[in-house]
Amino acid sequence: MKKLINDPNDVVAEALLGVEAAHADLQVDHANKIIYRGDAPKTGKVGLISGGGSGHEPLHGGFVGLGMLDAACAGEVFTSPVPDQMLAATKLVDGGAGVLHVVKNYTGDVMNFEMAAEMAAAETGARVVSVVTDDDVAVEDSTWTAGRRGVGVTVLLEKIAGAAAEEGRDLDAVADIARKVNAQGRSMGVALSSCTVPAAGSPTFELGDDEMELGVGIHGEPGRRRVPLAPAKEIAEMLVDPILSDLPFGSGDSVIAFVNGLGGTPLLELYVMYNEVSKILSKHGVSVARSLVGSYITSLEMAGSSVTLLRVDDELLSLWDAPVRTPALRWGI
Amino acid sequence: MTDDVTTAALGAWVRQFAVLVAAERDHLTELDSAIGDADHGTNMDRGLKAAVAALDELGVEAGAGPMFSKIGMTLVSTVGGASGPLYGTLFLRIGTTFGDTPTVTAKQVTAALRAGLEGVVARGKAQAEDKTMYDALAPAVDALDSALAAGAGLGEALKRAQEAADAGRDATIPMLARKGRASYLGERSVGHQDPGATSVALLVAAAAQTLA
Repeated sequence: MKKLINDPNDVVAEALLGVEAAHADLQVDHANKIIYRGDAPKTGKVGLISGGGSGHEPLHGGFVGLGMLDAACAGEVFTSPVPDQMLAATKLVDGGAGVLHVVKNYTGDVMNFEMAAEMAAAETGARVVSVVTDDDVAVEDSTWTAGRRGVGVTVLLEKIAGAAAEEGRDLDAVADIARKVNAQGRSMGVALSSCTVPAAGSPTFELGDDEMELGVGIHGEPGRRRVPLAPAKEIAEMLVDPILSDLPFGSGDSVIAFVNGLGGTPLLELYVMYNEVSKILSKHGVSVARSLVGSYITSLEMAGSSVTLLRVDDELLSLWDAPVRTPALRWGI
Repeated sequence: MTDDVTTAALGAWVRQFAVLVAAERDHLTELDSAIGDADHGTNMDRGLKAAVAALDELGVEAGAGPMFSKIGMTLVSTVGGASGPLYGTLFLRIGTTFGDTPTVTAKQVTAALRAGLEGVVARGKAQAEDKTMYDALAPAVDALDSALAAGAGLGEALKRAQEAADAGRDATIPMLARKGRASYLGERSVGHQDPGATSVALLVAAAAQTLA
C-alpha cells in the first residue's frame, strides 16, 4: 500500500483538520466528525444534511456550503457514521424549518440515519424527513437484495435540493424535489482497478490487467459481471444502454449528463468517455441540457467511471443553475 | 429455587457476551469477509468493550431497565455499520421492557427478548431465511417461550434457546442472502455462515451461562 498518509487510523480525523485549514467558510466539529456551514443554522431555512462512509470525497463534505448541504457527517472509510453524528448535525443546522436527511441506500446508512431521525424527534422535536437515493441500475434484482445502491444521483440531488432549500421552500417541498431527482435519475459504473482501504492495507478485490468489473459499487462491491477490458466507446455503451432502458429515457428527453471518475481515472479519460456518452445520447434523441464531468463520488483510488443521467424539466434546470459555493462545486457567485 | 434474575446477573450476561465475542472476534470478521465487509468481529468487540465500560460506570443500582438502555445507546454509538443499530435496538427494547422493575422474572426475560426481536425486525425488515441475525434470534426466543410455557425452569429453557440459536446459526449456511451487503452477492452468498447469526448465538450462549 502506497498512500499519502501518516497513520491509517488517523486518515479521517487528519483529513477533517485539512478541510478546516483549507476552507475558512466551513466549520468542523472534530468530536462528531461533522463539516458544516460557517453560517449555520440559517433561521427559517430547511437544513440539508448528508453523510456516509469516508473515501468517496468530495462526497459529502465537499458539497457543504451555500446552495447545497448545510452539514456532512463523515464515517470511517466505507463505514456509515453513527446516529450521534447525524443527531449532532441535525441540531447544528436546524433553523426552525426542519431538516432533510439525504441518505444513500446502504443497509447501515439507512438504519443509522433512521435512528438519528427518531432521536432528533425525541430530543429536540425537530422535524426530520429522509430521502434515500437508489439509482444504481447495476443491481438488477432489488426484490431479493437490499435494493439498488445510492450513487451518482446523490451528487445531483444534493445540488438541486440544496438550491430549493436556499430559495426558501419548506421541508415538504424540498423533500419532494429530492424524491423527484432520485426517481428520474439512473447510474451505472465500471471499475478498471480495485481500491485499497487504508486500515485493510491490501486491495479490496483483484482484477486482472485485461479485466474490468461492470456495474461495480462505490465500495468495491461486485457488479453485474466481470468482462474483458474494452475501448471507451464500448464501455460507454455498456454503461449507457442499461441506464437508458431502465427509466426508460427516450427521444425528446432532456438530461443532465454526469460522467464521474471513481478516484483513479484522469480527467483526460473522463472526457474521452463523455464524448462517447454524448454520441450515444444524440443517437437516441436524448438532448443534454447540462453536463458535469469530473470525480465527484469516488471510491478511494479506484480507476474507473460511472455515468449518471437525470431527466430534467425547467424547474430542475433552474435549481441546477442556481448559485452554489462549496469546495467541490461552485458557480453563479 | 426462584427464577428471578438479579440486575447483577443481567450485567454478567452482557459481560459474558463481551468475553465470548472477544474470543471469537477474528472468526466473526473472517465470516464477514466472505460475504460482507470484513468488520463484524472488530465492530462488535469494540462496541461491547464500550458497553462493559458503561456498565462499570453505571453500577447495578441503576436497575435493569436503565442498564440495558445504556448498553443499547452505547452499542448504537460505537459499533457502526448495520450491526450497531440492530444490536442497539435489541438492547434498547429489552431496556424499555424491563422499565424500572427492581427484579426481573423469567417471564420478563422472555418478554424482553421477544420485544428485542420485534425491534430488530422493525429496524432491519428481515424475515426468516434472509440469512441474517433473525435466523438465530427468532428460534431462540421461540424455544425459550415454549420451554417456559411447558413448565421448564429458566436454566433448562435457556439451554433449549441456546440449542435453537446454534441450529439457526448453522441453518444460515445454505441460505441465499436477501438483506444487507451480502445480498449483492446473490448465489455467491450460499455456503457461508452468516456472521450476525453467529454473534447472536454467542449472545444466547452467554445468557445460558449467566442467567440461571
